[in-house]
Amino acid sequence: MTTWLPLIPLLALLAFSPTVQAAGVDPTNFEKPELEERYRGLLHELRCTVCQNQSLADSDAGLAQDLRRELRTQIHAGSSDDEIIDYMVSRYGNFVLYRPPFSPATYLLWIGPFVLLGLGFVALYLTSRGSRQGTGTTGVDSAARQRARRLLGEGKDV
Amino acid sequence: MKRLMYLLPMGLLLLLGLFLLIGLGLNPRLVPSPLVDKPVPAFELPALEDPARKVGSADFNGEVVLLNIWASWCVSCRQEHQLLARMTDRYGVPIYGLNYKDEREDGLNYLRAFGNPYVWNAHDLEGRVGIDWGVYGTPETFVIDGEGRIRYKHVGPLTWDKIQNDVLPLVERLRSETL
Repeated sequence: MTTWLPLIPLLALLAFSPTVQAAGVDPTNFEKPELEERYRGLLHELRCTVCQNQSLADSDAGLAQDLRRELRTQIHAGSSDDEIIDYMVSRYGNFVLYRPPFSPATYLLWIGPFVLLGLGFVALYLTSRGSRQGTGTTGVDSAARQRARRLLGEGKDV
Repeated sequence: MKRLMYLLPMGLLLLLGLFLLIGLGLNPRLVPSPLVDKPVPAFELPALEDPARKVGSADFNGEVVLLNIWASWCVSCRQEHQLLARMTDRYGVPIYGLNYKDEREDGLNYLRAFGNPYVWNAHDLEGRVGIDWGVYGTPETFVIDGEGRIRYKHVGPLTWDKIQNDVLPLVERLRSETL
């Protein structure tokens, strides 16, 4: 019962450990809260190319730190979000975007799931129609029905 | 016909398995660079060897050259380092170095310990030029043609196989284009 008690301080330590919280939180000095907000937003839109599957906000890699610094400089310099995204894409490709643009190369990516869903509905419709027809044709023929009725009738008599 | 329909899910499953199998063989770390076939991002930096001297992309000078991004803290750079020297010795391919996010002293020590196959080394302490070149994993090697366009990018340590089968033939071809 009390064997897990010593674990509590350990878990507390884990929850507040620097690795959980510190990544991506560089000191910023934006004059306006809107700029800070744009900065935070962009951090989550952009992928770190070193530790893939982490955004710039999550990653503690050297390159992510540099890119965050670059991002801050550009926001300070008054670049728009689109300009900053273009800047990143021209260097690292669409791979840096967590939401790749809708272009011929990504049609399959964007539309594919809906096509599959549509195919699923078609398959569902076809199979359900097929099974309904199935019950209609494999019904008991009339001779068997009469025989059953006779048997049941006889049963009643007895 | 009806029977065949029952085989359809299995067929789809096998197809999915095939895609997954191909996916297993791909290297997710290889991000295609948008810079290939684009003009080189121009830069000018202090030389590692002599901070007073400025070196940069202007030095490529209409020649077919290689640019290698390396650092003393990069372990796999050591792996390919001897090959770079062998390549310049045997085939006379000029190779330029971009020392990426490194302290000057560490970079110089590295060159003293392992040799210096580079024409010059640019010192990119802050990694700004690295960002312009889309560097995300050292070592990286770029092949640049006579018109100053990037024609090929290799991420990770070069192997002798790679050099002989990809890099050198490309350099040959680009040289004949320039002539």
